[in-house]
Amino acid sequence: MSALIASDILSLLPAWVLMHAAALLVVTPLLSGPIALILSRGRLAWAWALGISIITFMLALVLYGQVLEHGSVMYVFGNWAPPVGITYNIDALNILILLIVAGMGLLSLINGLPSVMQEIEPKDQAPFFAAYMLCLAGLMGVAITGDAFNVFVFLEISSISTYILVAMGGSKDRRALTSSFNYLILGTIGATFFVIGLGLVYMATGTLNMADITVQLHENGDSRVVRAAFAFIVIGLGLKTAMFPLHTWLPGAYSYSPTMVGTFLASTATKVAFYAMVRFIFGVFSTGEPFDGALLELVLAPMAVAAMIICSVQALYQMDLRKLLAYSSVAQLGYMLLGLSMGTAAGLSAGLLHMFNHALMKGALFMGVGIFGLRYGVRRVPDLAGLGKTMPVTAAAFTVSGLSLIGMPLTAGFVSKYYLIIAALERGWWWAVAAILASSVLAIFYVWKMVEMMYLREAPKAKSRARKPQAKAPLLALIPLLILAVANVWFFFDASLPKGLTDAAAAALLGGGAS
Amino acid sequence: MNGEFLTPIDAFTVIDLIFMSMLVVVGIAIVRLKDLFAVVMLSGVYSLVSAAWFVSLDAVDVAFTEAAVGAGISTVLMLGAMLLTARQAAPTKPARHWVALIVVCATGAALLYATVDMPSFGDPLSAPNAYIGLEYLKRTGPETGVPNVVSAVLASYRGYDTFGETTVILTAGLGVVLILGLGGPAIKRKKAPAKTKAAKANQSKILGAHHVVLRVISKLMIPVIIIYGAYVQFHGDFGPGGGFQAGLIIASAIILYALIYGIDAAKEAVPPSLVRLGAALGVLIYGGVGVINLLLGGNFLEYNILNPTHPAHGQELGIMFVEIGVLVTVASVMLIIFYGFTSRQPDIKDKDW
Repeated sequence: MSALIASDILSLLPAWVLMHAAALLVVTPLLSGPIALILSRGRLAWAWALGISIITFMLALVLYGQVLEHGSVMYVFGNWAPPVGITYNIDALNILILLIVAGMGLLSLINGLPSVMQEIEPKDQAPFFAAYMLCLAGLMGVAITGDAFNVFVFLEISSISTYILVAMGGSKDRRALTSSFNYLILGTIGATFFVIGLGLVYMATGTLNMADITVQLHENGDSRVVRAAFAFIVIGLGLKTAMFPLHTWLPGAYSYSPTMVGTFLASTATKVAFYAMVRFIFGVFSTGEPFDGALLELVLAPMAVAAMIICSVQALYQMDLRKLLAYSSVAQLGYMLLGLSMGTAAGLSAGLLHMFNHALMKGALFMGVGIFGLRYGVRRVPDLAGLGKTMPVTAAAFTVSGLSLIGMPLTAGFVSKYYLIIAALERGWWWAVAAILASSVLAIFYVWKMVEMMYLREAPKAKSRARKPQAKAPLLALIPLLILAVANVWFFFDASLPKGLTDAAAAALLGGGAS
Repeated sequence: MNGEFLTPIDAFTVIDLIFMSMLVVVGIAIVRLKDLFAVVMLSGVYSLVSAAWFVSLDAVDVAFTEAAVGAGISTVLMLGAMLLTARQAAPTKPARHWVALIVVCATGAALLYATVDMPSFGDPLSAPNAYIGLEYLKRTGPETGVPNVVSAVLASYRGYDTFGETTVILTAGLGVVLILGLGGPAIKRKKAPAKTKAAKANQSKILGAHHVVLRVISKLMIPVIIIYGAYVQFHGDFGPGGGFQAGLIIASAIILYALIYGIDAAKEAVPPSLVRLGAALGVLIYGGVGVINLLLGGNFLEYNILNPTHPAHGQELGIMFVEIGVLVTVASVMLIIFYGFTSRQPDIKDKDW
């Protein structure tokens, strides 16, 4: 049904766009970066970036339509057929992440204009947007490609631009610089591990095309080189995903970066790395037995549970709003990793669904904090006092997203947690169910801490930071927040878009069995 | 022989072992030393030894790049960075980071664990040599008409990766622009042109008149270096070289000029605004070739389409243009980094050198 509608819409577009949509999706924002650098005015660069982001999002929708119609799409660079050349391969798994990145890239950009004008010096605004577009292109490049080395190249583009974007918070809070440096060191170690792994894979298979690596691994069989490669790649991507003991870079990077950057990263960066991990564990290294089982059950699952509990407790004790949300992000990544570690189609599908929902909820929460900060300089939890009255719309949208973070019924967060629990029960992992529930209870506490402050505390009357009574959120910043808040409710009632994709992806990776 | 291949212990193996031991020694020395100047010099030595080792391993293109990056430009950039900080590393208390030690040992153990199953060095039947690698060797000649297989793989077969790498370099330059800045255009000298003899002598003193040897030699060298850069650029199709190395060489010529004649003189010759534009332009040239391929009806970076009657000529043309894109971005970004570092410092005093 939806495939039919999609093909109707697609037939309206010129054939040229359809043919090259995959390449254009990444190349357009990539080339827009240098052009934004040449444009020297901040607002002009923003408008340019906005136009490109809209085109990018539309291209992602076009690809979504093509995936619905054909199941998968392949694009061959330079027309060198794989495995000699580089290809883009889009299927149900990565179109989901492409939609998230393109969508959240657009929404954070719209939301971010007022805060960028406030936080970034005028002369730096154009290069700032250039770095933002490169980051967007880099993240999508990682998600879309069918070539293992190409993953590394685009991972570098996105990582380096991320370090820069985080450091740009330095004019507001000097700690952004140390956070960025910390992230740079750890991110580089992660990238190095990943590329050592790729080198070993190439040594064992002689190819870099992902699909071909799988074929060659099946033919050549297991060897120590392949095992070491697997370990290096999983650890490298684990660092980028902020997998539990490797997450120390994340709270600083998310909380001291410029508002717009925090919003964008929180809803995209770790997700892309998580996607890459799923792709390598279940796609590229799908040879099965030698490592998957032990790795998933004995390493990833305990790490996931530890993240869910420990980082939720850490979030509970944070008074800095963005840091609280950042620790919560590490905990939420635990849910996704838990789904992955189950090693079943149902579990993987639930983990991916949670990834999608988490982008919606955390994006909205960071946007909310950004808008509060823009108007009242809010940074810490007590600063929220009374905002339920003074900024009712923003506070309401913030609360809805907070409820989604907890996983309350009527919000999207409930759906993915529900499927996660079902998958855990199918697997017989009672302890995992207990961990999900315990972590959700902790989430109730840390979300309640903020909600209580907004609605049940009086605003401080006479403070030096005089509160303007007419203060409303700038409309431009508010619209994306409202869209996300509505999406958080919408995807409770109709989760067919993400669920259809995650089920198809999990079935494709784990060979059927998806309910 | 059924795939059996043994590395003979010949002279080259001995040389390789010597190079590797030198690397270990230099590496340990870098870690132990506190004098940053010596550390910078030794890291240059480290790169040069690796470059020599790569030559002995028959990876000439990699060796060239390593020499240009590691021994050439990054030594200069680190010296520039050193001007912003102390000459000596701050003394650190010897602390025992047990977790770090365990992590490092585990990583090393994993690598050692893998070595057992690795193919022997140079084994013609190993996967990388027998599979796609062999394919590239067979196909490069007829398909691209480029004698240097490395250039063909880099700029055409895997040209999209190189496009990404060029963007990585631009991104690095962007980071320097945003975090350090470029320090604005050249500062015009406040004093009017010196009229008296004494003033003239004074002015030339500021510019480092007692470095007569350096000034004369550099005047002779700089044009030669730039011409050599151009040679490396356009000879990349036939031998080691290409846009990346050429960009580094040309940038180092300008940096040499800046070191001897002062940063303002260099900024007058190559203004920061131009450098910033160049960094963006190089990526746009590379991507532009891809976009032209798209508009002509081919895939992105499908150079064949540039000359439908003779695809190999199209390949040569495409490779030439994307290499120019790489050159422009690399040279510009190296200068961005240099300007970024040096303009944080009032001036390089002669006695510091």
